[in-house]
Amino acid sequence: MQLDARIPAGPIEKKWESHRFGMKLVNPANKRKYTVLVVGTGLAGASAAASLAELGYNVKAFCFQDSPRRAHSIAAQGGINAAKNYQNDGDSIYRLFYDTVKGGDYRAREANVYRLAENSVNIIDQCVAQGVPFAREYGGVLANRSFGGAQVSRTFYARGQTGQQLLIGAYQGLERQIGLGKVEMHARTELLDVVVVDGVARGIVTRNLVSGKIESFVGDAVVLCTGGYGNVFFLSTNAKGCNTTAIWRAHKKGALFANPCYTQIHPTCIPVSGDYQSKLTLMSESLRNDGRVWVPKAGGDKRSPDQIPEGDRDYYLERRYPSFGNLVPRDVASRAAKAVCDEGRGVGPGGLGVYLDFADAIKRLGANTVAERYGNLFQMYERITGENPYKVPMRIYPAVHYTMGGLWVDYNLMSNVPGLFVAGEANFSDHGANRLGASALMQGLSDGYFILPYTLGNYLAGVKPGSIDTQHAAVKDAEAEVGERTKKMLSLKGKRTVDSFHRELGKIIWDECGMARNRKGLEGAIERVRTLRDQFWTDAHVTGSGDEVNKELEKAGRVADFFELGELMCRDALAREESAGGHFREEYQTPEGEAQRDDENFCYTSAWQWKSDAEPQGLVKEPLTFDYVKPTQRSYK
Amino acid sequence: MQTATAGQGAARTPLARFFASTLGRKAVMALTGVVMFGFLLGHLAGNLLMFAGKNATGTAYRMDEYAAQLHSMPALVWGTRVVLLLSVAAHVWVAVSLASMSSAARPVAYKVVKTQQATLASKFMKYGGFLIFAFIVYHLLHFTVGVAHHDFKPGQVYANVVAGFSQPAVSGAYAVAMVSLCLHLYHGLYSFFLTMGFNHPTYTPRIRTGAQVVAVALAAGFLSIPVAVLAGVIKA
Amino acid sequence: MRLTLHVWRQRNGRAEGQFVKYDMPNASEDMSFLEMLDVLNEGLVAQGQDPVAFDHDCREGICGMCGFVINGVPHGPERGTTACQLHMRKFKDGDELWIEPWRASAFPVLKDLSVNRSAFDRIIQAGGFISVHTGSAPDGNALPIAKEASDRAMDAAQCIGCGACVAACPNASASLFTAAKIGHLGLLPQGQPERDRRAVSMVERMNAEGFGHCSNLGECEAACPKEISIEFIARMNRDYLGGAFSQRPAGARIED
Repeated sequence: MQLDARIPAGPIEKKWESHRFGMKLVNPANKRKYTVLVVGTGLAGASAAASLAELGYNVKAFCFQDSPRRAHSIAAQGGINAAKNYQNDGDSIYRLFYDTVKGGDYRAREANVYRLAENSVNIIDQCVAQGVPFAREYGGVLANRSFGGAQVSRTFYARGQTGQQLLIGAYQGLERQIGLGKVEMHARTELLDVVVVDGVARGIVTRNLVSGKIESFVGDAVVLCTGGYGNVFFLSTNAKGCNTTAIWRAHKKGALFANPCYTQIHPTCIPVSGDYQSKLTLMSESLRNDGRVWVPKAGGDKRSPDQIPEGDRDYYLERRYPSFGNLVPRDVASRAAKAVCDEGRGVGPGGLGVYLDFADAIKRLGANTVAERYGNLFQMYERITGENPYKVPMRIYPAVHYTMGGLWVDYNLMSNVPGLFVAGEANFSDHGANRLGASALMQGLSDGYFILPYTLGNYLAGVKPGSIDTQHAAVKDAEAEVGERTKKMLSLKGKRTVDSFHRELGKIIWDECGMARNRKGLEGAIERVRTLRDQFWTDAHVTGSGDEVNKELEKAGRVADFFELGELMCRDALAREESAGGHFREEYQTPEGEAQRDDENFCYTSAWQWKSDAEPQGLVKEPLTFDYVKPTQRSYK
Repeated sequence: MQTATAGQGAARTPLARFFASTLGRKAVMALTGVVMFGFLLGHLAGNLLMFAGKNATGTAYRMDEYAAQLHSMPALVWGTRVVLLLSVAAHVWVAVSLASMSSAARPVAYKVVKTQQATLASKFMKYGGFLIFAFIVYHLLHFTVGVAHHDFKPGQVYANVVAGFSQPAVSGAYAVAMVSLCLHLYHGLYSFFLTMGFNHPTYTPRIRTGAQVVAVALAAGFLSIPVAVLAGVIKA
Repeated sequence: MRLTLHVWRQRNGRAEGQFVKYDMPNASEDMSFLEMLDVLNEGLVAQGQDPVAFDHDCREGICGMCGFVINGVPHGPERGTTACQLHMRKFKDGDELWIEPWRASAFPVLKDLSVNRSAFDRIIQAGGFISVHTGSAPDGNALPIAKEASDRAMDAAQCIGCGACVAACPNASASLFTAAKIGHLGLLPQGQPERDRRAVSMVERMNAEGFGHCSNLGECEAACPKEISIEFIARMNRDYLGGAFSQRPAGARIED
């Protein structure tokens, strides 16, 4: 199979402009004849649905939550990058492009990233016009901060709730279109399959999570904006409902899954407190600006932190990375924490934690200044742990935060299945092997506001509208398949709860395909996941019936897909015999223990093609070329 | 901006829509409340003449003179009565309609009911309103019409008041009513500003304190008369 | 710690509901309230019983999906905190907890503690937006906005739409929710062109959904996990009173 990314020709700064001009347009009077199904209402989905409806297309939108406003984009704290250069500090579209390609450890497409940087400036304008209350200076202009180690101040923010405010902006635009009758909204509705007719995506099969009704919707294009798959780990910073089902169903219907092993682990999360733990909570990494990370020098040191003298402490980040110290990038900080915990020097329950100590900062700046900078984070920490971080050092541990992989898409955000578009975290496109802070919001909105309205129109201009209905045989087949699967799950009356399977799966993936991976572990994990999956299909217990609210059934469907995805992640990690960004193979590291990329052999995107339940996916490679940003090895010494 | 409600709303006049909305009705409640509050101020000023004794020549009580003077201006008296009657009617209508809306809005009650910061006064509004309404009826029958008075003499306000309040049970009833009025006024006055859209981080707390002071002062003013009568300060 | 739970169980919107008593012998004080319910549910599923349905998603207090009334207080006893962020250390060993869904006719129960809050979405549809098409925005800094106005708008914009204000209000009023949106957009210069229409339209929609009136008790403010001030309700009243009579007849409707 040959993959065509459809990257336009020409110099990088002209590609998107000339491509837009080259695209076909749909006659305004004809737009309402086309129906677009948008699944997911996070930043990408809500912005796409609203923008497409504004253009005149007939849009149907779907989300599993009770309202489109709940999508997990809402939880993003830090901010959104844009190359506005309002601070006159040397930022530019080119610099944002450069930083993003480098930050992605040279595993992203240059053309996509450049377009993302171009769109970033329009996003801010759009959001301001919608009434997003970004932070401002006294003079009334927009404020910026530098974020995630960037050398320029290009991050726009709304307190610690930037994701919430951007999503509410997009949600309001969507609700406006719903009120106008241009978007038909289906909340509490979960996608369970994608309908492909003659190789073209034409519809979806859903389950109404209130009535249990299995229903089909057809359209002229399907857009999946269903987020990332971090919940394969069970414990992650994702919302409990985040799942891979939509993209996994699409994958099984032919869409290629790209770079599944690229997952981002965030270093500053609150550690696990017990077996009942249901999710992990992230704290802004700005904490590392003033907090010092340390563990006891000796393993098994059970003294309370205030009893451990300076001489017995190991400030391991400052020791290993004297020039960046506590501010090394996310992946480096995370792996270093894992390393000291693996040595038995971790702190807190279960030994999975390191101290993030503000004693020095409080001495240097005073408690008031520290409170001004981090007050709300300290409060959150205390609420969850019951410990006062002004007095006792915080305990932190890395947690899964974002997944760079996703369905493979071309430059138009269309998967290899014609008519199936994928946007936001659900696609693999712009972050390569590692995502920079404050870039996820940017990508979601760029896809939804400024790319799909063009590229989807271009696609629709080439198809005849409304040519199938829900009585089509392919639709009926998909419905029957979904009904069958649901029935099978409801018949599971074994001994174990769905959650217990999910926890066990998560533990395997976290241990073997988490912060550090190796051949032996991955091979073992594949076997264990397969065994566990078989057990699930015999030993799980799903209560209730299919025609009512049934949260156990919802969970079972999602976990069933996570098993298959988890296996693919391990296969991808196994096949990528190098270390890049969020993917660290212990066999491929520099003598100092840093990630060792192999540009000669692995400078490609891995796209996996589903074959059948009986055989593993096949690998298709999309080679990556770097004409503008030349690959170098990252160093934070 | 087109809206889902525009269609049905457009068929009706702005005034009809205003009266149909909870906010419109609350505004009616606030405005009629303030009219009645204004009346109470005037009423209290008149009542305090009970303390003024007789006129300079000692021929008549100042209270009785004032009453006679008022009644020589029927336009004013009846004008006031009509305005008050309308205010009371509107105030009660709004209260009843909103109360029925709120019981429709919560058809199933909570098993455990707990309030966090609502004042006693605010929770007492509905009951206080009932009490005050009943009191007004009694008060009119007592001192205006006289049928509820044991020794009513038309035109002799001073004597009627002294005779009326000399009965501890009557004074007690008035006291209960005045405490209700105090609570009702406290929350009512404070709410007036919020309902009419005035708020300010500095002034709203002061309005709250102000409402408290005014409500207590007004009730104390009214109550001072039965107390004075019972204490023998005001006597026949 | 050991707890006794009385949980509202209702199979669906049409069925009758009742409280069911559960013994919770082994809650840890480090659990969140929802994790405590997870443990309860794991136990129920293991016995083949129907677990308690409750809405939740992000579990970090921002999505607004979770919420129920715990001993008479929406989201439980800790101020400014959603149920998912409430931890069991706020309770004592031996406590008896009554757990009920939001109770309002505009929020019909779907199952157990899960209610339908789509009325909130319809209030937003009535005008909780700024009508700006994608692509038609001027430069972000073209319109300076006073920091104070922007900060106050943000105070209101923080609303997570959880419905605790409705649950706490003795009249089941949605005033705080509606006012927060009217305040957020009305404080910003971008929101001015539609300010009157927005206030009137959203208030009318709020009424049509069957929410009660505001009697300025402040219970909503006390229950709000984002501690949004009832000041915004006064602001909504102002905008509404200003807008109620300034609107032109429907013939002058602006075509979208």
